[in-house]
This record gives sequence, C-alpha cells and structure tokens, in this order.
Amino acid sequence: MLGSNVKEYLNELAAHIEEHLSDSLLAIEWEKDELVLRAQRQTLITVMTFLRDDSKCLFRTLVDLCGVDYPEEEYRFEVVYNLLSLKRNMRIRVKVRTDTETAVPSLTNLFLSAEWNEREAWDMYGIFFSDHPDLRRLLTDYGFDGHPLRKDFPLTGYVEVRYDDEQKRVVYDPVKLTQEFRTFDFLSPWEGAEGGMAILNDGTSKPKEGAS
Amino acid sequence: MVESHIKPLTLNFGPQHPAAHGVLRLVMEMDGEIVERADPHIGLLHRGTEKLIEHKTYLQAVPYFDRLDYVSPMCQEHAYALAVEKLLDIEVPKRGQYIRVLFSELSRVLNHILNITTFALDVGAMTPLLWGFEEREFLMEFYERASGARLHAAYFRPGGVHQDLPDGLLDDIAKWSESFPSFVEDMENLLTNNRIFKQRTVDIGAVNQDEAQSLGFTGPCIRASGLPWDLRKSRPYDCYSEVDFDIPVGKTGDCYARYLVRVEEMRQSLRIIKQCLENIPDGPVKSTDNKIAPPKRGDMKKSMEALIHHFKLYTEGYHVPAGETYTAVEAPKGEFAVYLVSDGSNKPYRCKIRAPGFAFLSAMDYLSKGHMLADTVAIIGSLDIVFGEIDR
Repeated sequence: MLGSNVKEYLNELAAHIEEHLSDSLLAIEWEKDELVLRAQRQTLITVMTFLRDDSKCLFRTLVDLCGVDYPEEEYRFEVVYNLLSLKRNMRIRVKVRTDTETAVPSLTNLFLSAEWNEREAWDMYGIFFSDHPDLRRLLTDYGFDGHPLRKDFPLTGYVEVRYDDEQKRVVYDPVKLTQEFRTFDFLSPWEGAEGGMAILNDGTSKPKEGAS
Repeated sequence: MVESHIKPLTLNFGPQHPAAHGVLRLVMEMDGEIVERADPHIGLLHRGTEKLIEHKTYLQAVPYFDRLDYVSPMCQEHAYALAVEKLLDIEVPKRGQYIRVLFSELSRVLNHILNITTFALDVGAMTPLLWGFEEREFLMEFYERASGARLHAAYFRPGGVHQDLPDGLLDDIAKWSESFPSFVEDMENLLTNNRIFKQRTVDIGAVNQDEAQSLGFTGPCIRASGLPWDLRKSRPYDCYSEVDFDIPVGKTGDCYARYLVRVEEMRQSLRIIKQCLENIPDGPVKSTDNKIAPPKRGDMKKSMEALIHHFKLYTEGYHVPAGETYTAVEAPKGEFAVYLVSDGSNKPYRCKIRAPGFAFLSAMDYLSKGHMLADTVAIIGSLDIVFGEIDR
C-alpha cells in the first residue's frame, strides 16, 4: 500500500528539514500522519523558499492558505499554509502565529496562488500581509466593515441590505432579528468535552462524581 | 507623427452574463479588442459557509457541502466525510466505500457533461447542451433514487452513506452505462474535430507545467498541462485502489486540451462505474458504531439503546477528538479539500474549504492577458468555474 510509503518519505523529510531549517523553525510536529512545521514570521520566506526549491522537498504548489482564530491567545491568529509536492507526492503544513497588528510576509513572490489566498485571509480575519501587491478585500461586499470569520464577529453580522423603492437603490440597515438569535447547545450537562468520542454515552450512565 | 497615449478602455463583464458561469464580475482593461488586465470581482454568492459550519454539529454541516459546487455535490460531501472519519479514526464498511466511489464517479460524469456542453455553448455550439442535459437527467434520477434529492443529496455522511441503495438501482445504472458511450461519441463528433470549436479553443489560455503548479491548478486543468496528477491514483481513498482506470493527460495546456481531458475522463469514470457495479459487496453501508452512525429505524422501535443513540446523535451529535486534518479528494474540478480543526467538542472549531475553482479563477488575469475579449469567455468556460464553491 502507498500509505506506509508516504509515511516513510515524510519521516525522512522531517529529518531532512530538521537538519537544514532547525534555526528557522519553532517545532516540527505530527498530526496523525500529517507533518506540521511551526515557523516564525521573520524566517517564513526562508522556510518556504527551502520547501519549494530543495530537491528533496519540491513543494511547488501552495494549495491552500487560511487563518484560524484563537481569540484568547496572545498571538490570536494562526496562518496555515498547506503545501503540495506533485513530484514527491507529499503534503506539508506550515503554521505561523500573528496578531491583529503584526504583518506576515507575503508569499506572492514564491507562489502565484498566494495572492488571492492572502487577500481572502485579510478579508476574513484581518491578517495583514506585508509586501502584498494588491491587498484588497476579496469575498465581502464593497465597503464592508469588519472581518467576518473572527470568533468575536456575530454569525448574523451587523448590517442587512434591502432595495429601497424610494431611493431606487440598495440600502444598508442594521440587522433586525424578528426572532431572538438562538444557539442550540445540546452538550451533555453531565460530561465535559475531554475524552473525545468515548464520552458520548448512551445516556444511561450516572453522572460523574463531583459534577453538578 | 505626434505620439499620443490612448487610455485603456475599462470594460465591465458580468455579474449577470450567461457566459460568466454564475455571478462573476470581471473588470477588464482593454487595448482595443485585446485584454490587458482582467480583475475578477467575486463574493457575490458569499454565504459565509465556513462561519455557519462553526456553529453546527458535524452532521448538520454535511448539507452545506452540497451547496458549494452544486453540480458535483456528492464529491464534496466525500471530502468532508473523509476528514471527519480521519479525526474520529473510524473505518467505512466496504459496501459503503463502493457506493461512495460509484456515486463520486456518477457526479464526475454529471459535472463534466455540464461543463463541456456549456463550454461548447459559450463558443457557439448549442446541440451538445441539449443532448447532454438529457443524460444529466438520468444521472440525477439515480441521485434521487439513492438519496431522495436530485441535487442537494446529503448522502455521504461521516461513517458511510446515509442508507443503502434501493432495489434495482444498480441494474438501471448498469443499463445506463451501456447507452452512455454513444452519447460521448455523438458529442465528440460534434465538437472534437469541429473547425469553429477548434478555432475558438486551440492555443487559448495555455498554461505550462511550472506555472500550473504555482497557480495552484489541480484536476483536469493541471492534467491538460501534461502532469499526470490525480489524487485517486496518488493518494487513493476509499476503494479507489481496487479499481483500474487511466489518467488522461493533455499536451498543450490550452482550452482544447482541457476539453479533451474531460471527455476522456468521462470514459474512465464509466470504467470505474462498471467495476464498482461488478464488485460491490454486500454488507453494511455505514459504520456499525452507533456512537457515530444512527441506528436503523426498525431497531429504534424495539431497542431502547438504539432510541437513545438516535436521540443523542440528532441533538448533541458526536464529539470529535481534538486534532486537525487536511483531507483532499479528486473532485471533478480538481482538488477539493477540507482543513478541519477540532477542539474536542461536537462542532468544528474551524472548517476551511479549499475549492479548486478558486485557484482557477485567481489565474484569470494570467490566462487572459493578451487574448481577445471573446477568448476570455472560452477561458472561463474551460476552467470549469462554479460560484458556489468559489464564494463559499
């Protein structure tokens, strides 16, 4: 099977990367069988250039770039780069932490696909990319305010649009909910989230000791 | 001679234009008939799918995937189901895997018929569309018989598929698979050597291998550039490793090559479909772990435990262990992937959807530079763009 081979290659690759990039990386981690590199903002370009051009890596395609928001942490945003090597049939993930003020170096000079992906991350999270040639909003409306995928942005948003017959144009109004926003929280009151699947019991077991 | 500078003409294309394949607004700077710069404005169909998924349980998130690329719904459910299964570390029974592969390939045919025929329509050929939509009707009927819906199936779920196939469906698919090749042949007779079709597509929007990789191309578009990259071969998921098929590869990377690759892919899909029909085993279609997959309706009438499982699954849902995964499938358009981050609760913490069309459209400026205005229409058509997945 191909699966075990890929894992072997990735193990070799991890050792190879550690050898060459140990100064620029914070950590090399495994998520099941996926290799994850934690990089620093200052050395991101070095890391990415190495991953793209080194003959053992050849990650020529930046397939995906996205942000993840952890509002309670000091550097709340995680920028996640998913790279793909067609030649070596491998994937790798690089992560960088940043906050609302600090810029992340743009990869537009390394990968053509970075341009739109970075625009999207800027639009959705407000992650700023330095040296990006054209960092405009991508998906939201012209003149949109805020960054919708941040955890502190409400699901319903702030404005709604309608066509005004008198003014003969589309106008923006603050969101009015005819029914109060409902969140359905069906989390079992007996058990916490830890323990993964095992905790989804059939409802017949007794509450744990000490739990209210 | 007095030198004078002519200001380029800015032309607005779309968002309500049938050749824009959806709500694409293209702002182009023109030098006469030549495109100097194309700036796609997207997001008119942005529904905040990723945000909505963060507020739903894992099972409730499934239908959102039908609504992304709405011409190949099941392939996207497939990516999501595989991602959740990976985090849960569960196996899908063989019959479930075969049904998924069978319907993924039916989706591929469904998608390619739509793309090829509308592409042909864009460059002036109407008949393929009329013929193709009849075939699509058969396929959507199969969808309906399996899942109850023609488009928004919600059929592939984490753990397997929702329900087993009804009696007689496999026989009817087998019958259809006998008649389908003649449609492909008829369509090819109309297009492949058609002088007008070739004039409109050959050498238009060509991409070489290096640039295709850098632009993030996947699927038929990268194969048209000569790279035999197909996730069904390079990273087989479900039972793709057990079926035999070839990867068609183009030479030139232009619109015509992309068309040829898709036509051949339909034939290869048919091969996979036939093998699935032949080898599909009996057995359960979804995980037998009732903490993940709901129990049978019949069991719920008799077993208290089954009833409780059902209630828990449809209210609280299941908890997915903390972790993350980037799981990709070969959707008809290219690599469709889900980057799923779980914090151990019953809702995804983050669900990034990697749509193949997003990368294609971002290459629009690169592809159409220096071409005529009418060629941009051919390029858009050949890229196979659907706005549901690009705007998300």
